[in-house]
Amino acid sequence: MFTPGADGVNAPVGETDDDLIQLLTPDGERVHHQSYSPRVDHLDRVALEGLYRDMVLVRRFDTEATSLQRHGELGLWPPSLGQEAAQIGSGRAMAPRDYAFPSYRELGVVWTRGVDLRSTLHLFRGEDHGGWDPNEHNCHLYTLVIGSHALHATGYAMGVQRDGDVGTGDPGRDRAVVAYFGDGATAQGDISEALTFASVNDAPVVFFCQNNHWAISEPTQRQSRVPLYHRGRGFGVPSVRVDGNDVLASYAVTAEALERARSGGGPTFIEAVTYRMGAHTTSDDPTRYRTRADEEAWRRRDPIDRLRILLEREGTPPEFFTGLENEAEEFGAEIRDYCHAIPAPPIERIFEDVYATEQAQISSDRAWLTEYLAGFEEAAS
Amino acid sequence: MPQYVQFRLPDVGEGLTEADIVAWQVAVGDTVTVNQNIVEIETAKSLVELPSPYAGVVTELLAEVGDTVEVGTPIITVDTDPGGQAPDGGASDSSEFTQATGEQAPDGAASDAAVSPSATGEQAPAGEADETSGGVLVGYGTKSASPTRRPRKSAAAAPEDGATSSAGAPPTAGAAAAPASPAQPRTAPGAPAPAQAPPSGASERSVHVLAKPPVRKLAKDLGLDLNRVPGTGPGGIITRADVLSAAERSAPENYVKHRDDDRPWLDGGTVSANGRQTRVPVRSVRARTAEAMVASAFTAPHVTVFVTVDVTKTMRLVERLKGDRDFADVRVTPLLIAAKALVLAIRQHPMISAAWDDETQEIVYKHYINLGIAAATPRGLIVPNIKDAHRLSLHELAVEIANLTTTARAGKTQPADMADGTVTVTNVGIFGIDTGTPILNPGESAILALGAIDQRPWVHKGKIKPRWVTQLALSVDHRLVDGELASRVLHDVARVMEEPSQGLVWG
Repeated sequence: MFTPGADGVNAPVGETDDDLIQLLTPDGERVHHQSYSPRVDHLDRVALEGLYRDMVLVRRFDTEATSLQRHGELGLWPPSLGQEAAQIGSGRAMAPRDYAFPSYRELGVVWTRGVDLRSTLHLFRGEDHGGWDPNEHNCHLYTLVIGSHALHATGYAMGVQRDGDVGTGDPGRDRAVVAYFGDGATAQGDISEALTFASVNDAPVVFFCQNNHWAISEPTQRQSRVPLYHRGRGFGVPSVRVDGNDVLASYAVTAEALERARSGGGPTFIEAVTYRMGAHTTSDDPTRYRTRADEEAWRRRDPIDRLRILLEREGTPPEFFTGLENEAEEFGAEIRDYCHAIPAPPIERIFEDVYATEQAQISSDRAWLTEYLAGFEEAAS
Repeated sequence: MPQYVQFRLPDVGEGLTEADIVAWQVAVGDTVTVNQNIVEIETAKSLVELPSPYAGVVTELLAEVGDTVEVGTPIITVDTDPGGQAPDGGASDSSEFTQATGEQAPDGAASDAAVSPSATGEQAPAGEADETSGGVLVGYGTKSASPTRRPRKSAAAAPEDGATSSAGAPPTAGAAAAPASPAQPRTAPGAPAPAQAPPSGASERSVHVLAKPPVRKLAKDLGLDLNRVPGTGPGGIITRADVLSAAERSAPENYVKHRDDDRPWLDGGTVSANGRQTRVPVRSVRARTAEAMVASAFTAPHVTVFVTVDVTKTMRLVERLKGDRDFADVRVTPLLIAAKALVLAIRQHPMISAAWDDETQEIVYKHYINLGIAAATPRGLIVPNIKDAHRLSLHELAVEIANLTTTARAGKTQPADMADGTVTVTNVGIFGIDTGTPILNPGESAILALGAIDQRPWVHKGKIKPRWVTQLALSVDHRLVDGELASRVLHDVARVMEEPSQGLVWG
């Protein structure tokens, strides 16, 4: 039973919040916005179908991974159910040279960076510390420590500045960084430190905060007296609040923020208001701290449903949806098979990526282990 | 050919070791699809539905509702190829048996021979065989197979197990006589596997039993399994005295000799050696009820006040509302009027809507009323509450009471539905009881008991008339509610029930 505060911290999306950027209502109606609508004008029906497909497949993967945890195949899984639009919209606004720093629930972001989603299973199956090569996709590994990667992202962005890849006006050269984190992370010192450094250095970094209303069991209004996007303003960072269940608005505000960053205009703070429809992780039971009515209200604002209504109205044939359903089912089966066959990495992997270049201690440790393991082979033969 | 796979209880939290089986959603013979929910389990953290990793036909449920099952224990067997043809040579020799697991894949231990009757002429060497089954069987952590398997801990354990343990056999002695029993041998229906499987866990251990031939004969004559007799002689030898005392303690068939009047009548549990008692482990709702009652009774000093009241007008109102079109969709009962009366009384005396916060040494006054209704359900007593009951009209309150009791009886009440109650009503009257001294729901400071409503001789307008009369009892937390406040609240509840039109004045 939460009542909206006078400051609107917990006000339901689209009802009392005048600052909220929305281009697509929960009923699938387009909303015109003077500065943001032009940023999605170029997205034709095929492009929108692409965004729809992104969200459906990401949700399918998420559902399957949640089941795999219940099968005993994964140690843990943090469901992204309900947050697809914020992730796909912002992720698709990024260019290949931009760099994403996800937290651990950013399945949609990782998807838009071209990472094989199945790679995320390695970590949660306890086989690997990562799962993909960050530099191959310009997408950092999942970060489990809350908020720490906002500093890494800011540092990376300052590196981009020092490489001279900001404000040249050359679209093939300018690049920016996006740090993804949640409402709970805003209470961490790391986020404040990152905002401070990004702000005074004009670092080309976008702080993309998905306010999914719950820091595990702690509701947003117990984390902040003000709407979260006001946090950015306090650091002198342009800040905007967007309907995170609206893929078009999420795309538009991120595109604007990235443009500002790449051109040398410095950081932006985006609060994407969304809702974690699932549990915090498979170890959590949300029925202990929130009501069905609350969940039901957000289910009516589902990010996928509203885009489907728009597509149907704008002429997407029914075959597209049935075809996608089949694709999603096949995808689900592939995920299961893949998960069952994830191999353990070779033990030498533990020495890789510790330092950028060869390092004496690592070299000697590796040599010792190699010799030790070779000893067994001799004994066996 | 039939292909049997087992699903082992996974760790659905991080580091949980066991879970209670709450409800099976499939039965033997049902066809299941991948990710179809098959069972509801309750862990220390949450109520969780487990989806099936397999598609096929359910051939066995290996745990019963109410069982506490350790993580890694097989809970269901599914035939993933039920339509398959059995090749020549008999299904038993060739049917595959694999297990999915949240824990380790089994080693090639003897116990596995019982469940994987895959031995054929071209049996691969042990190590390779392990790898094959381990490779199919996937659960995380299959690589370092552990030689030991967690034994199944079950309320439905074989009766002789129960008899022995309840007879006080030291577990160490039992272990010395016989290695810990592996998971019970399971048979795959449709395959004549039992012929190959040892008849019981006992026979494979017989070789370890140390006893002289006369003692063995004595045990045999007494119908006693030596594997279950702890040996006290040198080196664990079982002596004549051991056998005699075991015979005295065990023999659950003893109770058959008793007359029917003290025969066990419970389905589960462990029957004592003499057959006159059954022990049932405390779990789930019963455990939480006990915890809450102890916490409440021994932290909040309770005081209970009583009043006997003429509720004839309430009964007339109930009758009238039953015929009212607006209330056609809900059941109208005296409980509804009592609940409304309590809400009104609390609004008159909001100080009673409070809780004692021992940690901060503060009294927390609640500006709202979350009205708990004690509900007897098949799973035990639970107290879900109606959120913000003070905002509800009489009709809305009736609907909420109906929803809440339906949900509770269906076992679907969520923890959030039970959290943050401010006051409770318990209707002991429906059991024909005059009244009681209810114990507070922890975190609340008042609970109202509604007694049976009967016609009694009553002085009404100077004459003795048959009137509808009931008793109300209100228990309060005496740390923060004084006798005066408790009395005023109960008096006002009684006032509304005696004269419901008072509700118009206060409503």
